[in-house]
Amino acid sequence: MKCRVCRGPAVIDIRRHNANFCVDHFVRHCGQQMERAISDFSMFEREDSLLVAVSGGKDSLAIWDMLVEAGYQADGLYIGLGIGDYSDHSGAYARAFAEQRSLVLHEVDLERDHGFTVEQASTATGRVPCSACGLSKRHIFDAVALEKGYDVLITGHNLDDEAAVLYGNTMRWNVEYLRRQRPVLPARNGFPRKVKPLVRLGERETAAYCVVRGIDYLVEECPMAAGNSHLQYKEILNQMELESPGSKSVFYFNFLRNAAEVFGSDTTAESSEGNQEVMTLSACESCGSPSSNDICAFCRLGERVKAESR
Amino acid sequence: MKVILHNPTRELLVRGPISIIKLLNQLELNRESVLVIRDSTLVPGDAILNDDDTVEIRPVISGGER
Repeated sequence: MKCRVCRGPAVIDIRRHNANFCVDHFVRHCGQQMERAISDFSMFEREDSLLVAVSGGKDSLAIWDMLVEAGYQADGLYIGLGIGDYSDHSGAYARAFAEQRSLVLHEVDLERDHGFTVEQASTATGRVPCSACGLSKRHIFDAVALEKGYDVLITGHNLDDEAAVLYGNTMRWNVEYLRRQRPVLPARNGFPRKVKPLVRLGERETAAYCVVRGIDYLVEECPMAAGNSHLQYKEILNQMELESPGSKSVFYFNFLRNAAEVFGSDTTAESSEGNQEVMTLSACESCGSPSSNDICAFCRLGERVKAESR
Repeated sequence: MKVILHNPTRELLVRGPISIIKLLNQLELNRESVLVIRDSTLVPGDAILNDDDTVEIRPVISGGER
């Protein structure tokens, strides 16, 4: 296998691009794909201050590295979720990455700072752990980004993540979620701008980027996520990709190009009459975050865990 | 050769020489879902692995509900 650019020995093939790359040109390819996503979707400007949501896994460390290498001002935010050894290990990878590069890493610990863990929340609500985990992360990412004055919150969602979410939402025709299926969620009152600069890279590419850049990341899967529907959708899509390279990319980008507008945007909600109206949010009486209820979902979750433990 | 797998972490012994593609087919693994790593370096799909090699087959699929 030879590199498409220099004809030197290739280390990776990317079948949807019908291309092989050596180490140097693969790293360049990843950077170019990131820059193209930032430009195509007008994600942010070079002078914006960026906060990267860092888990210690391959995607978040890869995007943090790519942004810093490209000269962007990007700090990190790690959330300790209280998932036993998994959280201990993921935090260690995030801290080591930041320390080695002298980068700023903010940390929030769910149990220390909010009084509960994902495991406790899952038990208290009787719902899958990923539900409490996602809710907690979104709340804390938003709150910290606004509190510390960052212009943009960056997440490491890649092409496979977006294709899998789109697959699940389409299978259920979940119109509410299809509205939010964009690589950019604009800032609005109480919410920071959120962007996904890795949407043009598959997770095989982000994992390979970490390997060739010498980035240590947590390889083991979250024990709470095993067997969840998101992972099953990824397996299904990868089977399609094996038979027909480029399937995931066509599925996702043709949705954005040809279908996303049909569902409106996340700042609007369908009224009972079928008209679109702006969703009104007020401040949570407990934490002040925007909420459609008196108490936001995150604070209600915390109250429920405390009630269960009494 | 020694083959290291994840989730859960375990080791297998596989007879070489064998190509990456054949190894993945033998282990019923989708090449879109893994990377093959030898000596901290990516191994391309057309490489031949020998009996004295140690390779890691690293899954790339991750993530809970997002």
